[in-house]
Amino acid sequence: MQRVNQILRRLPVWVVYVSGVLPAPWLFYQGLTGGLGVDPIEALEHQYGELALQLLIAVLAISPLRRFFGLNLLKFRRALGVLTFTYVALHLLVWLVLDVQVPSQIWADIVKRPYVTVGMAAFVLMLPLAVTSNNFSVRKLGPRWRSLQRLVFPAAILGGLHYVMLAKGFQVEPLVYLFVIIGLLMLRVPFPSLLTRLRQADSA
Amino acid sequence: MAHRWTNTLTHADVTPRAAFLNRRQMMAGLAGVGLAGLARGASAQEALEPNTWEEITSYNNFYEFGTGKDDPVKYAGALTTEPWSVKIDGLVDNPGEYDFKDIMSEMTVEERIYRFRCVEAWSMVIPWNGFELADLLNMAGVQEGAKYVAFETAVRPDEMPGVRYPILDWPYREGLRLDEAMHPLTIMATGIYGRPIPNQNGAPLRLVVPWKYGFKSIKSIVRITLTDVEPPTSWNMSNPREYGFYSNVNPDVNHPRWSQASERQIGGGLFAKRIPTLMFNGYDKEVAGLYEGMDLSEYY
Repeated sequence: MQRVNQILRRLPVWVVYVSGVLPAPWLFYQGLTGGLGVDPIEALEHQYGELALQLLIAVLAISPLRRFFGLNLLKFRRALGVLTFTYVALHLLVWLVLDVQVPSQIWADIVKRPYVTVGMAAFVLMLPLAVTSNNFSVRKLGPRWRSLQRLVFPAAILGGLHYVMLAKGFQVEPLVYLFVIIGLLMLRVPFPSLLTRLRQADSA
Repeated sequence: MAHRWTNTLTHADVTPRAAFLNRRQMMAGLAGVGLAGLARGASAQEALEPNTWEEITSYNNFYEFGTGKDDPVKYAGALTTEPWSVKIDGLVDNPGEYDFKDIMSEMTVEERIYRFRCVEAWSMVIPWNGFELADLLNMAGVQEGAKYVAFETAVRPDEMPGVRYPILDWPYREGLRLDEAMHPLTIMATGIYGRPIPNQNGAPLRLVVPWKYGFKSIKSIVRITLTDVEPPTSWNMSNPREYGFYSNVNPDVNHPRWSQASERQIGGGLFAKRIPTLMFNGYDKEVAGLYEGMDLSEYY
């Protein structure tokens, strides 16, 4: 693992930014030229949304990977976070401009359709995270920056839920995303200390 | 007796395959050089653009083969459609297994160019070939007390990867009121563009009820039952709040998760403009009478 970490340390962060952002224009080009099938609007909307969820899972996996396997990817976390937000924003933009199109319908959908409400809530929770993804904010906010960044946890659950809620019938894939997200968050709950406390309470 | 109904969409409405492909290439080219706005204007003018063979046969909801739109075209090839028989039972004079070939030898196949509106708010125009369901039901002899018709799709885990998962309570079931089933617009489709219907579109025979959401038009039918009670239907069983027995296309009654007021026509590309959805999918003149006096927001 030591060696892997050494190699990773030499990998510049911009590589992650560039390779992460490339699928966005590529998919759009595919949509224009027929590469996304006969309903490119739906396909593009779903692809951006699914990429956002995958990147979100990558962000959430970084700290457990370090804790349990000693794999250090911390230096890429901001890049992955910013990319997640980028794809969430693109997903939203496709929905607004290409899919729903009618401004009055957009607000009606946000208020009336629970899966849209949940998705929008996740986006709103991610806004302050995106805005503070810079060294200036980290310095300025100090310890409050860390607590602010914890907004990613509820945003992740809402994001997974959003996908589950829009599926028709009983579908496995959205549930897998939600369970992976919940699982990664559970790893952060300090269960061992909870157990010790329970044991102490027992013996007392 | 066929030819009881005359198309309002004619062959002139079907875009010639070559012309359609050319236009698409042109649009793609324009978009490529940054004239996407021009392309968008061109597609918006086409009020009723019929779809190509490729569009009709590559973008399908047929959950027996998976929930992705491209799953049916990928996996439906495994479905054995020869031999095929349809069991017709319940309140009929001549119940039994009807061989598909025998059915076809009795029926007059004609072309029907219909709008097709999915409950997911997309639509196509499809040139079906088929016969009126009424002719098939009359062949079996509908008995006095029959009020409804129930349909079932084949369930073959060996050939249908989707039925290995409880996406829905298999087999897929649909139903119509007898007067809806006997309506001249209601057909059993066996072909598209004059070619045998591909498996992903419901080979060898499927229902087409053009004024209802697409999921009512059940595919690859193996059983038809005449009953005196409203039969259970798959999507209604799965989510009764979202899918009613009738499921008539109705822009005023929204799906709980999305609006039904407008739809996206497949084939318009990335900048396809939404168009308003028509009452009974544009067939109100023909079918509104079936629902006279019914509150359509209650019987959705």
